[in-house]
Amino acid sequence: MIQSQVPDERGRFGSFGGRYVPETLMNALMELEEAYRKHAEDPSFQEEIAYLLKEYSGRKTPLYYAERLSKQLGGAKIYLKREDLNHTGAHKINNAIGQGVLAKRMGKTKIIAETGAGQHGVASATVAALLGLECKVFMGEEDMKRQQLNVFRMRLLGAEVVPVVSGTRTLKDACNETLRYWVSHVDDTFYILGSATGPHPYPMMVRNFQRVIGDETRAQILEAEGRLPDLVVAAVGGGSNAIGMFYPFIGDASVKLVGVEAAGKGIDTPYHAATMTQGSKGVFQGSLSYLLQDEHGQVQPAHSISAGLDYPGIGPEHAYLKDMERAKYVPITDQEAVDALQLLSRTEGIIPALESAHAVAEVVKLAPSLSADQIVVICLSGRGDKDVDSIMAYLGGEAQ
Amino acid sequence: MNLIDATFQKLKGQGKTALIPFLTVGDPDVNATVDLIAELEKAGADILELGVPYSDPLADGPVIQRASERALKQQITIGSCLEAAGQARVRGVELPFVLFTYYNPVMQMGLDTFFKAASEHHISGLIIPDLPFEESAEVLEHADRAGIHLIPLVAPTSEGRIASILSKARGFVYCVSSLGVTGMRSSFHEGIEGFLGSVKKGTDLPVAVGFGISTHEQVERFSAICDGVVVGSAIVREIEKHLPLLEKEESKPEGLLQIRNFVSQLKE
Repeated sequence: MIQSQVPDERGRFGSFGGRYVPETLMNALMELEEAYRKHAEDPSFQEEIAYLLKEYSGRKTPLYYAERLSKQLGGAKIYLKREDLNHTGAHKINNAIGQGVLAKRMGKTKIIAETGAGQHGVASATVAALLGLECKVFMGEEDMKRQQLNVFRMRLLGAEVVPVVSGTRTLKDACNETLRYWVSHVDDTFYILGSATGPHPYPMMVRNFQRVIGDETRAQILEAEGRLPDLVVAAVGGGSNAIGMFYPFIGDASVKLVGVEAAGKGIDTPYHAATMTQGSKGVFQGSLSYLLQDEHGQVQPAHSISAGLDYPGIGPEHAYLKDMERAKYVPITDQEAVDALQLLSRTEGIIPALESAHAVAEVVKLAPSLSADQIVVICLSGRGDKDVDSIMAYLGGEAQ
Repeated sequence: MNLIDATFQKLKGQGKTALIPFLTVGDPDVNATVDLIAELEKAGADILELGVPYSDPLADGPVIQRASERALKQQITIGSCLEAAGQARVRGVELPFVLFTYYNPVMQMGLDTFFKAASEHHISGLIIPDLPFEESAEVLEHADRAGIHLIPLVAPTSEGRIASILSKARGFVYCVSSLGVTGMRSSFHEGIEGFLGSVKKGTDLPVAVGFGISTHEQVERFSAICDGVVVGSAIVREIEKHLPLLEKEESKPEGLLQIRNFVSQLKE
């Protein structure tokens, strides 16, 4: 099976991935990999995580047949994997629980995390409270202004939110700052990285903690329909919900996999986060993947209405899936995402996160060309409550 | 013979330690960098580290981050950094140049093109802080062919990795003084002497120490136990302090003199 082949022992997904970090972190990453591999084989580790996912986060999440949306779009049967119904409102908790339990078993008492919109920060702060760990979350000063509610939420949970004032003051620089802090405190601190990005073993580990999404979906769709879906669609920023959803389907050649990235104001403008469509191969924040950069190798700022997709890089396994043509990556604009968000809200009574609305928007585009007996699954990675302010600002205060 | 080797050999004969200052190229502009290089040589620098500004310098503290941002505003590229070195050589600067760059700009230029240009512009050594030895095989091969030393970093946390790193080391070994990013500090990693000692025992190459060294006293302390001392952020901060002087032609000589005096006193 393809699944077991990547990454190799050097953390490579084909030519992508690897470990491009300062020497000071290398031993910590090797220790982390060793600890992860050891604990992953320990049934009590898997049981503890399974218990928390079920009793604490409320898994398994439903695979919901969106009948009204399906009818309205007039094509395939559309299912929504309801990751928005997780505790803290998004798929991020799956990974935070996994890494949090690992941190505790490694004897670490302090955790750090980066966050953009605040979802991974909230998930990490939540898990830190649950497991009795000290927690610092690094967040760009710009993002702190845009997401004040999540900042307060993290503080309520007992975490310290550290404002990042370097560079663009958004997610990219929050990641840099978390890595810098980790370099200085590598002795006693565990870094809970939130996406399927960064140096090995993070992309592999995050995928494995998120694959519960795809594993559940696969079993649920077989139970509901007696067969696998024709199409699986998920939004990609760094790519953690998408890789978790895609991974168990990679060996199923009949299942098309589509990752949806943020086209922002349009891929023909400088204001987008379409790493796969517009980017090129490069090394960024610890791994080799696709990247938005200029011809001299300077990383370009990304733009998206969705803070979770507002990132110039992407996880290396997605780059691998793209190059071997196992998954396809397509861009969706801010406008298309907001339209899809409103459509889903009105047809199904579900307000999705702006990130997830990108995946919905791609299906809105595709569905009319599909036949009624085809099955589509959308990963609804998070709920939209956090985005209500941004959407209101975007729509000028009026739902359309 | 590579200039770095020749320099260390000469210093060893004189019983001296190499002073290795660091500059971010293009801060505040390329002309000023070329002037500063010449001043630093007069101030007693033995080898010079030239930093390529980068959008995401994750091994660097706030001082060098700010210098990078200033330089990037001047549209400085890795190519213009190499040219600055070349210009300094034309102006008569003789000391060896070590380019300090993150990996992505090198990768985007292409290894063949990069090493050809680096040779042409008199680069003797290369430090890539985000390229650990596991990822460095291809770069090392190109560097060896170009006669440029790929200088490795060794950290206090390297422990079991030290022998493998040393087996691939060229030019000199750059020891990181403490856990953390670049920047001035008053204290260093506990057991720094022991760490430096164990690195020295494992190699015949010169051993330099850097990250956080900013004062005359610190330079003196490490000179006693090392073959080279790197001073980076402290110099970049001096440049930052004197930017108003350096940015205007009429006051530039005064600014250059300030930086020269700062570097001179590090060694005296």
